[in-house]
Amino acid sequence: MSVAIKKSIKVLQNIRIEEGVYDLRLEAGDMAMDASPGQFISLYCDDGGRLLPRPISICEIDKETGNIRLVYRVVGNGTREFAGLKQGELIDCIGPLGKGFTLEGKKALIIGGGIGIPPLLELAKQLKCEKSIVLGFRDVTFLDKDFESYGKVYISTEDGSVGTKGNVIDAIKANNLEADIIYACGPTPMLKGVKEYAGSNNIRAQLSLEERMACGIGACLACVCKSTEVDHHTNVNNKRICKEGPVFYADDIVL
Amino acid sequence: MKDNNIKGNNEINKDICMKVNIAGIEFKNPVTTASGTFGSGMEYSDYVDLSRLGAVTTKGVSITAWYGNPTPRIAETYGGMLNAIGLQNPGVDVFIQRDLPFLKTYDTKIIVNVVGKTAKEYCQVVDRLSDCDVDMLEINISCPNVKEGGIAFGQDPKRVEEITSLVKSHSRKPIIIKLSPNVTDIATIAKAAEAGGADAISLINTLTGMKIDIERRTFLLANKIGGLSGPAIKPIAVRMVYQAANAVKIPIIGMGGIMEACDALEFIMAGATMVAVGTANFINPRATEEVIEGIEDYMVRNNIKDVNDLIACVR
Ligand SMILES: Cc1cc2nc3c(=O)[nH]c(=O)nc-3n(C[C@H](O)[C@H](O)[C@H](O)COP(=O)(O)OP(=O)(O)OC[C@H]3O[C@@H](n4cnc5c(N)ncnc54)[C@H](O)[C@@H]3O)c2cc1C
Ligand SMILES: Cc1cc2nc3c(=O)[nH]c(=O)nc-3n(C[C@H](O)[C@H](O)[C@H](O)COP(=O)(O)O)c2cc1C
Ligand code: FES
Repeated sequence: MSVAIKKSIKVLQNIRIEEGVYDLRLEAGDMAMDASPGQFISLYCDDGGRLLPRPISICEIDKETGNIRLVYRVVGNGTREFAGLKQGELIDCIGPLGKGFTLEGKKALIIGGGIGIPPLLELAKQLKCEKSIVLGFRDVTFLDKDFESYGKVYISTEDGSVGTKGNVIDAIKANNLEADIIYACGPTPMLKGVKEYAGSNNIRAQLSLEERMACGIGACLACVCKSTEVDHHTNVNNKRICKEGPVFYADDIVL
Repeated sequence: MKDNNIKGNNEINKDICMKVNIAGIEFKNPVTTASGTFGSGMEYSDYVDLSRLGAVTTKGVSITAWYGNPTPRIAETYGGMLNAIGLQNPGVDVFIQRDLPFLKTYDTKIIVNVVGKTAKEYCQVVDRLSDCDVDMLEINISCPNVKEGGIAFGQDPKRVEEITSLVKSHSRKPIIIKLSPNVTDIATIAKAAEAGGADAISLINTLTGMKIDIERRTFLLANKIGGLSGPAIKPIAVRMVYQAANAVKIPIIGMGGIMEACDALEFIMAGATMVAVGTANFINPRATEEVIEGIEDYMVRNNIKDVNDLIACVR
């Protein structure tokens, strides 16, 4: 696996695409060359009081130009600072980090919830098999149009304003979607639902998890999740999300 | 040195002495890593030439594998971070079989941080490591994140002296006692470690702290309480190193919030023979090497030939 690099990179564009959701394009250069879907980049804040870099999933990779696209939601001081980034400014980043999705299967179900949707876009693009894409939102949708060129998109909203009323599992059932592989990223309750659904339908599933991180490279053990087997590195039943993850096979982890 | 001599780093290095000595062991420079912030060195070896470091200090090692605490294990606070990792580690056997051989491929000294739930467990780990090719053992009696062991041993001078002399009697390697800052008088604790036979002391471990998530109206850390590290704690750490240095004759490894060379120099001037870089590694994986280079630059700029001349120079 390639080594993540830390460097200052140029902001090509940073625009609001939905209330509180931003689309950031970065001139990542060699960082983009090594990146694969499901990996993430950690962005540093300019305010020295906010020490830890913020992990953000890679939404799209353009290996020809070396550009990377990130889509993030403003939830705190760090992401609020990023929202103010202007074209041409530099931002310190480290990446690409973690282990992404393994491309496999003949019939895929790509399931995303809320701000877990962005990393699935590059996956949908690179995955060549037959695929259905299910995106769950609370109310307003974003990024759904970007997915349309890569497969049929099904939407669920909690208030029923768009697509199926309910969650992603409701949308899968309502549309009788079938698959031999599931790829999912979203809030933990959604991932639990997906893991259960995959288990009871005997479908292999890859889930992308998140946890608070410090080092991002596997040294500090801040970011662990529970694993079904004793992990080769930690020698206990937990795995590092920043290193062995963020993408895991559903069977390998306990949610 | 004449000003026109200042060229590349190579040239600088020939003219200054960065070597320091603790308990008869010579370190090529006074910079090591703070335990728990550098893994066993493997992850950072992609960013840092471990052979450049005075020593690598490992994550705490216990007799059996430890699970650590539930997540969230960390929380950022302004200018610092709280952690409650809970000393997760694969245990001494895996350390000896996997991590130690890796570290031995580098030309650096190895300091192994030792943890236990009971005095007996500390001694068992020390016994095992005494037969291995490591240079020093750092006894962590100051971890705030575990229920048994750790800090429980480090806050009472009598217990500090007892555990120090017990561990010392089991150890065939020089020992460093790592002190907790969560005490009323650091000088008394430092003296107790010295009286117990410590070859050196290291300080500070993290300061206990808490962060509350006001939206969810709960604690941010699953463990509720964690240890504060990073630049926010540096003034406290420098003060404690100074007080400890005035209280004992054994060498001191100073740490707490070192981000760059100027921070490290404060510790050295306050009385530290060596310094450790911790939280800074998470922010800049090359922090250790940059601290070494920065100290060298400072010495050249100020015409100081031997780093030992800076130790405790502020009195
Ligand atoms: C592997 C991974 C991929 C991610 N991908 C995306 C993405 O594509 N788009 C997106 O909008 N968000 C993503 N996140 C979540 C994102 O990292 C957080 O929203 C962000 O760190 C919040 O920073 P803040 O300063 O605004 O919030 P604050 O709450 O002020 O942050 C304080 C600290 O907590 C950490 N933190 C807070 N929330 C989270 C969280 N949910 N996960 C991890 N750390 C957190 C911050 O990094 C920081 O260290 C991802 C998280 C992980 C672990
Ligand atoms: C994530 C993390 C893990 C730590 N683990 C250990 C440990 O295993 N043993 C130990 O003695 N100290 C441990 N420490 C304390 C550090 O070694 C150091 O004493 C402290 O963080 C202060 O230095 P800093 O501000 O440079 O990080 C840990 C600190 C952090 C942040
Ligand atoms: S964030 Fe440090 S091990 Fe994952």
